[in-house]
Amino acid sequence: MLQMKTHYPDATRVEPVNRHTLAIVVDNEPGVLARIAGLFSGRGYNIESLTVTETQHEAHISRITIVTTGTHSIIQQIKSQLERLVPVHRVVDLTLTGEAVERELCLVKVVGKGDHRVEAMRLASAFGARTLDATLTSFVYEMTGTTDEVERFIKLMTAVGLVEVSRTGVAAMARGAEGIM
Amino acid sequence: MSETMTGAEMVIRALQDQGVEHVFGYPGGAVLPIYDALFHQEKVRHVLVRHEQGAVHAAEGYARASGKPGVVLVTSGPGATNAITGLADAMMDSIPLVCITGQVPTHLIGSDAFQECDTVGITRHCTKHNYLVKSIEDLPRVLHEAFYVAQNGRPGPVVVDLPKDIQFKAGQYARPLSNQHKTYRPTVKGDMDHIRAAIELMANAKRPVFYTGGGVINSGTQASALLRELVQLTGFPITSTLMGLGAYPASDRQWLGMLGMHGTYEANLAMHECDVMINIGARFDDRITGRLDAFSPFSKRIHVDIDPSSINKTVKVDIPIVGDCAHVLEDMVRLWRQGAKQADKGELQEWWNKIEGWRARNCLAYKNSKETIKPQYAVQRLYELTKDRAPYVTTEVGQHQMWAAQYFRFDEPNHWMTSGGHGTMGYGLPAAVGAQLAHPDALVIDIAGEASIQMMLQEMSTALQYNLPIKVFILNNEYMGMVRQWQELLHGGRYSQSYSESLPDFVKLAEAYGGVGIRCDNPAELDAKIMEMINVNRPVIFDCIVDKTENCFPMIPSGKAHNEMLLNDYLGETGTDIGSVIDEKGKMLV
Ligand SMILES: Cc1cc2nc3c(=O)[nH]c(=O)nc-3n(C[C@H](O)[C@H](O)[C@H](O)COP(=O)(O)OP(=O)(O)OC[C@H]3O[C@@H](n4cnc5c(N)ncnc54)[C@H](O)[C@@H]3O)c2cc1C
Ligand SMILES: Cc1ncc(C[n+]2csc(CCOP(=O)(O)OP(=O)(O)O)c2C)c(N)n1
Ligand SMILES: [Mg+2]
Repeated sequence: MLQMKTHYPDATRVEPVNRHTLAIVVDNEPGVLARIAGLFSGRGYNIESLTVTETQHEAHISRITIVTTGTHSIIQQIKSQLERLVPVHRVVDLTLTGEAVERELCLVKVVGKGDHRVEAMRLASAFGARTLDATLTSFVYEMTGTTDEVERFIKLMTAVGLVEVSRTGVAAMARGAEGIM
Repeated sequence: MSETMTGAEMVIRALQDQGVEHVFGYPGGAVLPIYDALFHQEKVRHVLVRHEQGAVHAAEGYARASGKPGVVLVTSGPGATNAITGLADAMMDSIPLVCITGQVPTHLIGSDAFQECDTVGITRHCTKHNYLVKSIEDLPRVLHEAFYVAQNGRPGPVVVDLPKDIQFKAGQYARPLSNQHKTYRPTVKGDMDHIRAAIELMANAKRPVFYTGGGVINSGTQASALLRELVQLTGFPITSTLMGLGAYPASDRQWLGMLGMHGTYEANLAMHECDVMINIGARFDDRITGRLDAFSPFSKRIHVDIDPSSINKTVKVDIPIVGDCAHVLEDMVRLWRQGAKQADKGELQEWWNKIEGWRARNCLAYKNSKETIKPQYAVQRLYELTKDRAPYVTTEVGQHQMWAAQYFRFDEPNHWMTSGGHGTMGYGLPAAVGAQLAHPDALVIDIAGEASIQMMLQEMSTALQYNLPIKVFILNNEYMGMVRQWQELLHGGRYSQSYSESLPDFVKLAEAYGGVGIRCDNPAELDAKIMEMINVNRPVIFDCIVDKTENCFPMIPSGKAHNEMLLNDYLGETGTDIGSVIDEKGKMLV
C-alpha cells in the first residue's frame, strides 16, 4: 500500500536534458561570483564548467562563462534567475545563438622514461600541444581545444605517465559579426 | 551641494532624504555611532522592538500597510542573524525593505572578531541584493541605491552591511541626483503585441477567469483601481491568492473568494474548468496549483508578472507579459475599450450560471454551536463588528490564518498582511505594530493562534511603549491546529507534539505587559466582548477559546486536482479521520 508522505505535490514532468553554454556579463563587484555560484547550488542547478575574469577594466565588467545542463524549462529558469541578480547585465545562451566557438586550455604534466616519453611527445604533437617545460623525466604540455579534445588528450596522456592536470574551463563566443558587451 | 559628515550621519541623512519616518531597530556595539546620529535629530523616528526578527516583521507590516519601504536597523552578529527569518519572509512575499546592519571594523573582518558574522554571505540568499560598504566614498550611493533596488522591479529586502570604522569616517555626502542603479532596470511596460494578443484571447473566451495575486498589491493602489475597471468591463469572474486579497473588493458579485488549497469551491472549480486564465501578479505557487499535471487542464493562459523568472517556472503559459501590473492593466483597459471588446454574452452567461451553481454549494458553511465558539464564527463576528472601520488585519500562521482569509472580507488593498510564502509563525504581532504606526488612528487586528503568538509575544512591550492600540485576537484551540490537521491527514491522527501544553494565562499576560486582557468562551458573549475590545484604546490580547477539533475546509489535499476538493460536510462531523477519505494513489501524491 502506498503511503502519503508529504504535503507537497509530486514532480510530474519529464523532459530531455541538454548541455548549454551561457555567457554572463556582470559588474565585477565583490561577491558577484558567490552570488552566481550560490544561485546554482541553492536552486539545484548543475555547473559543469565556470570561467571568469574581468574583461573590461575601466567599466569593471567581467564575463562569466558557465556550461550547465538541464531541461529546456530549467535552462530558461537559470537564465531568468541569473537576470534577476542585480549586478548581472546580460545573459546570452550561446548554445541557442547558433554554434558558438568553445575552447578550453589545459596544462598536463607527464613523467616517464623510454617508450612512454617518446609516445607522450608523439601524442602532444598530434594534438598540437606546446611544450612549456621539460626535464629529463618530465614534460609540461599546454593544449587548447574543445572540451572533448581536451578530455581525449588527457585520457591518452594518462596511459603514458600523466601525473597532474590543470584546466581553465570553457571560454566561448558566438560566431559571426555581432558582439556581446 | 555636498556636505562633510560621518558615515553614521550619512545613514540618517539618507533616510531623511528618502522620506523615511520610522526605523525599526535594536541597538548594539556595531551600530552605536548610528544610534548617536539618530539621537541628534527628530525627523526619523526610531521604534525600539524587543527582538530583531520583530523589527523586520514590523517593517514588513509597515511597508504593506503604507505602500512605502520598511526600514530596519540592527547590530552585527546576533542582531543580524536574528533578522534573518524576517528577511527571508520579506524575500518570499516580495516586500520592499532596507535593512542596515552594523559590522565589525573593516580591518577586523574575517578575524572572528567579537560579534562578527558574514552578514552579506548569510543574507545573500534571503535578500534581493546586499552590500558590504568598505569605503566612505561609496556610502551615499549605496544607501540610495538600496532604496531603489528594494522598491523597483519585483520588490524585496536589501541589506546594507556597514563596518563600524566607516560609520566614524568623515566623507562627502550629497543626495545623488538619481538613486537608480547604474544598470538594474526592470521592465515595467509590457510588450504591446503580447498585450494585444491577450486582449484578443480574452475577447474570444467562453469560460474566462482572472487569477490575481500579490503583484497587484505590490504595484500600488492604482493597479487595484485598474484591475477593478478591467474586471467590471469584461464581466469576468475573479479570484485571488492569499497575498492578493483586497485588490478586488470581496463584497462584489464577480468575486469568487480566494483560490488554492483552502480556497473556495467556486474559485477552484472556475480555475479547473476555465478556457482562458488571466494571471495578474501571481506566481503559480504550489498551494494554488496542487498536482501540476491536473492543473487547469482546458485553459489558455495569460501571465502578467514583473519578474521573468516567475513566468513558466512551474506552469507553462501561452501569453507571457513581463511588466508592472499597473502599466499592463492600463494598456489592457485601454485596448479593451478601444476595440469595444466583449466576450460572447451567451457563453459568458452560461459560464456564470455554472459558477452560481458552484457558489450555491456554499462551501464556507459550517455547523455552528451554542456551546463552543467555532473559530469560523469568531472571525465572522469579528468581521461584521469591525468592517465599518476598515481595519488592518495581520495574521500569524496556521488554521486561524486560513479562517481569517476565508471569513474576513477585504474591500481595499493594503489592509491585509500575512506571511504567505515563508509561512512564519510570529509574523502577525510585530506586523500589527508596523501597520499601526503607518495608520495611528486605524483599527489594527492580529488574528492569531495560541502557538504562533508565543513566538513574537515580546513585541507587546513595543506596542505598549509607543501607545499602539493593536488588538491581538487569539483563536485559542489549544493545538497547533494546522499541524494537527496534517497529522490527521498524513499520520493517522497521531498528534505528535502538536498539543499546546502549559499555555500561559493570556489575560494575565496582557495585564503583565500593561495591556488589556479579555477572555471569551461563550458564543453568546462574543459580540459584547469583541465590542469591548475595539472600544479600548490600548493594546488588547483577546483570548477566544474555540472548538479544539475544528478543521480548515474547503481543502484540496495535495496530489488532488482542483475539482477534487474536500468540503466541510464531507465527514459529517469534524474530528474524524480525514486521512481515510483520500484514496491510496492520492496519498502518495500529497
Ligand atoms: C498555511 C498556509 C496555507 C496557505 N494556503 C493558501 C491557499 O489556500 N491559497 C493561496 O492563495 N495561498 C495560500 N498560501 C500562501 C502561499 O503559500 C503563497 O504565499 C501565495 O499563494 C503566493 O501568492 P501570489 O501568487 O500572489 O504571489 P506573491 O508571493 O505575492 O508574488 C507576487 C508575484 O507578482 C510579481 N510581482 C511583484 N510585483 C509586481 C508588479 N509590480 N507588477 C507585476 N508583477 C509583480 C512577483 O514577481 C511574483 O511573481 C498559504 C500559506 C500558508 C502559510
Ligand atoms: C516558525 C514556524 N515554525 C513552525 C511552523 C509550522 N507550523 C505551521 S502552522 C503551525 C501551528 C500553528 O499553531 P497556532 O498558532 O495555534 O495556529 P492554529 O493552526 O491552531 O490556528 C506550525 C507549527 C511555522 N509555520 N513557522
Ligand atoms: Mg492553535
